[in-house]
Amino acid sequence: MVLDVDGWVGHVPGQHVDVRLTAPDGYTAQRSYSISSAPLPDRFEVTVQTVADGEVSPHLVDVAEPGDQLEIRGPVGGWFVRRPTDPRPALLIGGGSGVAPLMSMVRAATAPTRLLYSTRSPSDALFTADLASAEAAGGDLVAVTHVYTRVAPAGWPAPPRRLDADTLARVAWPHDAHAVAFVCGPTGFVETVADLLVTIGHNPATIRTERFGPTKG
Amino acid sequence: MSTTTVGADDPHWVDGNALAGPLGEIMGADLTVADLTCAGCRMTRPLAAMRVFDRAPGLVARCPGCGDVVMRLVRTTARALVDLRGSLVVSLPLPRV
Repeated sequence: MVLDVDGWVGHVPGQHVDVRLTAPDGYTAQRSYSISSAPLPDRFEVTVQTVADGEVSPHLVDVAEPGDQLEIRGPVGGWFVRRPTDPRPALLIGGGSGVAPLMSMVRAATAPTRLLYSTRSPSDALFTADLASAEAAGGDLVAVTHVYTRVAPAGWPAPPRRLDADTLARVAWPHDAHAVAFVCGPTGFVETVADLLVTIGHNPATIRTERFGPTKG
Repeated sequence: MSTTTVGADDPHWVDGNALAGPLGEIMGADLTVADLTCAGCRMTRPLAAMRVFDRAPGLVARCPGCGDVVMRLVRTTARALVDLRGSLVVSLPLPRV
C-alpha cells in the first residue's frame, strides 16, 4: 500500500507508522505497519498482511480504495532501525511478511548487507523481484539468500526445511566483522532465530528483533 | 526447533516497538530506546524488547523474563496516564551534542 503524505520527510529504515481507523460511532482501532520503501520525501510504502478476523487489516486490504484518506502517525521507532551512518555490516533475517522493514534496509543499504529470507514456498515470498534487483544494483553491498520451509523451487540445491544453525552459520558474518543482526517475523520465528544466532556466537547485544503476527490484525 | 506457524492460540502481545508512537506523542521523545529495569526480576532491557499487550483499555508492557508489568499507559479524553511503578530505573540515552 503506497501512501502520499505532504511534507513527509522520509524515515529511518526499520521504522513503522501507526494507522488509526475510526468508526462512525467513534470507536478507534490502531495498528503498526512497517515501512518497506527506501526513505523518500512525500511518499512511502507499507506492507499489510490480511488477518481474517482483524479490525484494521481487512479494511485496508479489502475496503480502502486509491485516493482514500487515512489517519497515520509516524515515522516512529528508534530501536529496530538501521541508520545510514552506521558502518557496521548487517545480517537481516526475515520470516514471511517480516521481511517488510528489512526490505527498506536493503533498498537503503549503505553498508554491507546480507538478507536471509525464510518463507514456506517461492510463491509465499514477498518482494521477489525487488530483492533480485536490489541485489543486482547493490553490487557487493547486498546479498540475498532464500530459505524455503515447505516447498522449494525445482532444482533447488537443498530440500525444504526450517532455518537451522548450519544455514545461519553459512550466511552469518564472521565474528571479527562485528556485524549487527535484525530479525523480524512471527514471534516463534524471531525467538528461534535469536536463540540460534546466540548459539553460533553472535553477540546478543547486537541482535535487534521485531515480532509480529496475525495478532496485530 | 519451534515452529514458525502462528495460529489462533498466540498470546495477544506485540513488541515494545509498538509503543514508539503512543508514547512519543505524549512524552516528546522515543522511549522505546530507553532501558527499563524490571522491579520484579531486576533484569534490564530496552522498552522495545518488552511485551506489550494492546487488547485492553490501555497499553500494558510486561517483562519477557518474569511477566511482571513494567509500564502501563492509559489515555482518557483529556489526559494520558503513565504508570511506571514496575520499573525501578528508566535509563534514557541523551542526544549527542
